[in-house]
Amino acid sequence: MMDFLDGFWIQLILKVVGILLVVLTGALVVIYAELKIGSHMQSRIGPYYAGGRYGWAQPLADGLKFLQKEDLAPDGADRAVYGFAPYVVMMSTIAVFVVVPFGPDLVGSNLDIGAFYLLAISSLSVLGILMAGWSSANKYSLMGGLRAAAQLIAYELPLVLAVVAVVVQAGTMSLNGIVEAQAQPVFSIGGFDVALPYVIQGQILGFGIFMIAAVAELSRIPFDMPIAESELTMGYLTEYSGIRFTMFFLGEYASMIGLSAIAATLYLGGYAAPGIPESLGNFAGPGVLLLKIAVLVFVIIWIRWTWPRLREDQLQRLAWTWLIPLALLNIGLVSIFKVVF
Amino acid sequence: MTSPAMIHRSESAVSVELQTPDMTLNIGPQHPSTHGVLRLVAKIDGERVRDVEPVIGYMHRGYEKLSEVRTYAQITALVNRIDWVSGFANEVPFIVGVERLMGVEAPERAQWIRLILSELARISSHLVFMSSYPLELGATTPLMHSLREREYILELIEEVTGGRFHPNFNRVGGVKPAYGGGSTTKKQSMDLPAGFFQRTAEAMDRMDKICDDIDSLVTGNELIKMRTVGVGIIPADKAIEYGLSGPNLRASGVAYDLRKADPYLTYDQVEFDVASASDGDCYDRYVVRLEEIRQSVRIVRQAIDKIPSGPLQTKVPRVLKAPKGQVYSRAENPKGEFGYYIVSEGGKMPYRLKIRSTSFSNLSILPWILQGQLVPDLVAIMGSLDFVLGDVDR
Repeated sequence: MMDFLDGFWIQLILKVVGILLVVLTGALVVIYAELKIGSHMQSRIGPYYAGGRYGWAQPLADGLKFLQKEDLAPDGADRAVYGFAPYVVMMSTIAVFVVVPFGPDLVGSNLDIGAFYLLAISSLSVLGILMAGWSSANKYSLMGGLRAAAQLIAYELPLVLAVVAVVVQAGTMSLNGIVEAQAQPVFSIGGFDVALPYVIQGQILGFGIFMIAAVAELSRIPFDMPIAESELTMGYLTEYSGIRFTMFFLGEYASMIGLSAIAATLYLGGYAAPGIPESLGNFAGPGVLLLKIAVLVFVIIWIRWTWPRLREDQLQRLAWTWLIPLALLNIGLVSIFKVVF
Repeated sequence: MTSPAMIHRSESAVSVELQTPDMTLNIGPQHPSTHGVLRLVAKIDGERVRDVEPVIGYMHRGYEKLSEVRTYAQITALVNRIDWVSGFANEVPFIVGVERLMGVEAPERAQWIRLILSELARISSHLVFMSSYPLELGATTPLMHSLREREYILELIEEVTGGRFHPNFNRVGGVKPAYGGGSTTKKQSMDLPAGFFQRTAEAMDRMDKICDDIDSLVTGNELIKMRTVGVGIIPADKAIEYGLSGPNLRASGVAYDLRKADPYLTYDQVEFDVASASDGDCYDRYVVRLEEIRQSVRIVRQAIDKIPSGPLQTKVPRVLKAPKGQVYSRAENPKGEFGYYIVSEGGKMPYRLKIRSTSFSNLSILPWILQGQLVPDLVAIMGSLDFVLGDVDR
């Protein structure tokens, strides 16, 4: 049995199918959560009929409806780029999950430069957005795409700097390594070893910066300027319909899970949880990680239904006058901490 | 125009400025933040708006012309469709003008009822603003809270008039409640529904509470302040120059309110403060409207205490004919000064009806105020002026 699992191709197929399942069903669950949580925050009921109970099938129904819609492209659109853009976004979103460890062995690929790979691949989605905005032959789309590119300048640096601090503290770029470093006991009380995730071990600042930058990367309120419905109709999404729109839509929610997974791994201890022995990691790990992801996703949804949108220049000011200096300070503090203790 | 190729290479680095042509962006008539069918032809340079030309008329329904072939009683059904978020308030200046033209005086109770319903219309109109404005800034939740509370106001209006948006409630010389307002005897059925004032008082308590809720949810919100404070400043002199009125004028520091300056109905018998601010930015326009809801609540409470009993309708001839003459009647509507200029050549119908609609005048400042603003601020400013396209085009 184990020999069978060792085959390269079998493993590859299992991993690909597993990641796709997690990402796509996860995205549907998050869409449903957004519909329900948002409506309860607004004193509404939300989806109610689809699926018979609590409207659980609403995301599926929406998805099926989108699939039936005609896949329109504007006359002046650059068809090749226009058609390819959603896949770039989707690809970068799914590729993030390659290095996210769901357990000691449940990982697509335990890269030594996992953190580096993450940062590189997750920013690729902006390329897709820019492609979509440029090729749509629509001024609103173009402005939305350019806004997304401008936004990259604001959030990318704080994001990277926040992760650098974690890498310094853990001494490794491998995400498995970072999780294991957080699982190391810091001190022990009467025989109990206490391990603390990085968010408690002095990374609270870095965690805050990472989450702000992550929300900006997701282009969600308060940083949803590239979409900005009241200003740019739907920004780079304006011209998309049918399956390609679904791609963007799923991509948005999947990358919400992706970034939450990264944050949970880097700061909240990943698949490890106190009280769960290492030997059970492969079984309990996915549940623990998904729980942590759910908490972060909830916070992101909560913010969306609470706050208004900022302006592009205000995001830049926030990033360059607060986030980046604070992130640098964070690196300095963590480095001193690391050397002294 | 010198083309870059004609300049010597050594010079080109210093003397040629990169020429980027302005992009013409057609905002509307179908656009989420134009409140209907306003079209803005904007010349933008990146995100900076160079020049804006509003194009209106997509919703022209010809009410002024239609009024010329309708009797005075029929016209009330038209005028409450001008600004549909405050239907009742549009009827008041018209019917007051017609009464003045005909020399008819409505009974005092009817005047008070008109006052109460005008203020209810003001509250509901401002609650629409409280819901739509944060939405334009990207906050989705205040929308639901404000609209939910507005429903209580609309229910009250419906209870009395039979219509939520288009009451058609005023008659020359009085008001006419919807039939069967909770009483059986004929004499009482001509009055308001039983318990109306008590329900109104309860609704006013709700309004106080929602004002506090909006205060804590929106007014103090740092992000809302970032988006609105200091944005779209209209100085007092410009506001007067462009003929702004209502909250937009008062936010600029001109405490001019027709309810005080030229009292109609029984506004001289109630106490209230004219809400005003000093900076004239988007935030002030928002704050003034919130304060006006509170003042309206105050007015309604006093009116409930002071309203006398009596008939709702004075005796008028069966066929209403206005003598030859003209009258200009105006009122402080939720959005500002709303006026009707009625010209009568005698007869059942007006010879000419000119509507001075508020939003039309308030919108006229757009080309000036939007110059040099950013696109996101364009939306913030347009929303803060609170116009309704039906009111602009008539």
